[in-house]
Amino acid sequence: MSFSVPSSLEAELDELTTHYPVKRSASLMFLHALQEHFGYISKEAMEWTASKLELQPINVFELVTFYPMFRQEPLGKTHIKVCRTLSCALQGSAELREQFCKRLGLDSQAHTAQTTPDGKFTVEFVECLASCGTAPVVLVNESLYQMVSPAAADEILRKGNLK
Amino acid sequence: MSAPAIPAPAPAAPAPPPVETLTVKVNGKTLQVPKTHPDWQGRPQPTTMLQAARCGGVDIPHYCYHDKLPIAGNCRMCLVEFGTPMMDPATRKPILNEDGTPKIAKSVLPYEPGTPRGAISCATPISPGMEIYADSPATKQMRESVLESLLINHPLDCTICDQAGECKLQEYSVDHGQAGSHFVEAKVHKPKAVDLGPRIVLDDERCILCTRCIRFTKDIAGDDALGIVNRGSYNTISAFQTGKFDNNYTLNTVDLCPVGALTSKDFRFKMRVWFLKETKSLCTGCGTGCNITIGSREGTIHRFEPRDNDAVNGPWMCDTGRLNYKWIGRPDRLTEVRVNGQKVTWATAIKDIGSRLTRASSGSVALIASARQTTEELFLLKSLATRLGAVTDSVPREGEADHLLVNADRNPNTNGTRLTGIAFTEAGMQLPLIAAGIEAGTIRTLIVFGEDVTKHGIAPELLAKLEMLVVSDILPNATTALATHLLPGASHAEKRGTFISVKGRLQKLTKAIESPGDARAEWEFLHELVHDVTGRNGFTSIEGLFNLMARETPAFAGLEWANIGDKGVDVKI
Repeated sequence: MSFSVPSSLEAELDELTTHYPVKRSASLMFLHALQEHFGYISKEAMEWTASKLELQPINVFELVTFYPMFRQEPLGKTHIKVCRTLSCALQGSAELREQFCKRLGLDSQAHTAQTTPDGKFTVEFVECLASCGTAPVVLVNESLYQMVSPAAADEILRKGNLK
Repeated sequence: MSAPAIPAPAPAAPAPPPVETLTVKVNGKTLQVPKTHPDWQGRPQPTTMLQAARCGGVDIPHYCYHDKLPIAGNCRMCLVEFGTPMMDPATRKPILNEDGTPKIAKSVLPYEPGTPRGAISCATPISPGMEIYADSPATKQMRESVLESLLINHPLDCTICDQAGECKLQEYSVDHGQAGSHFVEAKVHKPKAVDLGPRIVLDDERCILCTRCIRFTKDIAGDDALGIVNRGSYNTISAFQTGKFDNNYTLNTVDLCPVGALTSKDFRFKMRVWFLKETKSLCTGCGTGCNITIGSREGTIHRFEPRDNDAVNGPWMCDTGRLNYKWIGRPDRLTEVRVNGQKVTWATAIKDIGSRLTRASSGSVALIASARQTTEELFLLKSLATRLGAVTDSVPREGEADHLLVNADRNPNTNGTRLTGIAFTEAGMQLPLIAAGIEAGTIRTLIVFGEDVTKHGIAPELLAKLEMLVVSDILPNATTALATHLLPGASHAEKRGTFISVKGRLQKLTKAIESPGDARAEWEFLHELVHDVTGRNGFTSIEGLFNLMARETPAFAGLEWANIGDKGVDVKI
């Protein structure tokens, strides 16, 4: 699969680079834009960014792995973010995530986001979703599910399977 | 002992400017230490607490700090408790104790004055009157805690780890560690046996993230290839693409790694380091003359490592030179003395060559020596050539130079051939003349040491025309195959002698292992041959031979073997 950035996006990024005193400072904006466009940041995208900003690929790779919001793999169609911050943790978010993982055949010990082989689901822990009063909460794509019971979790998976 | 020539007294050098110093106390001992120390690039920088302690003979434990790398200050192992003289804020005068000594304010946490606040000694400059407590209970406690923290996720697999025996984690654990572990949680697991590059394997669980390898690769080797990926407990050293960490200096990261995270594919699982005999020697891969340590056991070489010499290679060497030892143990080494294809003793061969050479008419002999021979051997060959009126030369060997250590001259002793008179300013100038002389029949005897002349303009057909072809070499080649007199020689790891680098550094080789079979160090049999032909004697020890050469060669005037030392001396080239 050959990697190519549309010329309009490239022009936009080139213009953006001029806003910074050093090119390297534009790294994060590049990565956000590339993830927005491609859905994830491939090794080719990192190499492209490095060559545009006169860096070595390892410099970009370090950045991509540092921030959990940057994805190196395409996401599943249903993206399940389970909150693990205090109230949710107290209300059983660990068990909730384990239930998701178990049902989907994912490793509940893994500490990073996991996607099912069929590309339907991605499950991961995230930090506070700002709904502590209704813990545990789960963000599925753009919609917030509150006080999620085991039955409600299964319902989320059922809906996801229909997509 | 032969009487040494008395060296002319060196002209009095102008006195160097006095070194500016500061007074500090290390473990209660008052010291005058220089105000500055050279940093990793040799530029003067304010002396740090770690360097000041060193001046007082106190070694503060550290992992990430290295004299020849930029300071990172991330391992925290060198934390020490310290204090500075108290100052009256109004008068800016020091506050004194009753006995007149300055009152010291120990560094403490601002919100918790009972708790010492340590500083990393590798990156904290000293100030006048500072007191460094490198052995105080607080320092010890900090050290123990740091070490415990570094070991939390360490697999403790010393029994199968190649670093065991030369591991800072092991050494400091003995000094500052605890026998038991407080840790009850699950350890973080990280990638194992990562194929970082063609010569390097990485075990991320053993890594303590000191970043020495990253800094070396970026700032010294000039290849920004390594970095730290992920974050928090999952931090790992990584290359952008595994398997692609491949510059000519990657193996230095193995030396630098204070733990067993980076290991050499060539050396790992081969030999426990405490079984290795260490011999000081030189790399012969090019004219730079990097100082090395040969690690051998029972006659087998297991590794080369760079040996610190700031005048030549610093603490580094290239991967090509480091791995250039396998040929020494090749099974097809020349191990037999042969005259006309028959195996004979050394005595028979040398006597036969000697009597034939004595009878040879002046000008009928030519001699081609290698710039891979030691200076002493070249000197003996030159004495032989002078007596025989022989034309001499050596073979140039050019390659590509790099930005760090590799020199374009791939011969280790080109200056040796020049200073002994074997070759002229341009090595190889005489080779066509020698070829023409053999063709014309004026040259009837050729002596070749350490070169395959068939590759350098003297075809096998020409060699076949000779009455006598004396060849000494280490490995078989097209020239040794045609020799009438074949003398098996010794590799640089099997003998003593000196090489002179392209910059004129004269340095010593030491013998690490024995030569196989009948092979002998060239200078040993050459001194017999030179005696038989010229009647001169006095070359029976390498010391005596060197001292004799030094007396007779202007460039070495005043030198003596005993004064060369492990790091060599500069000679005028």
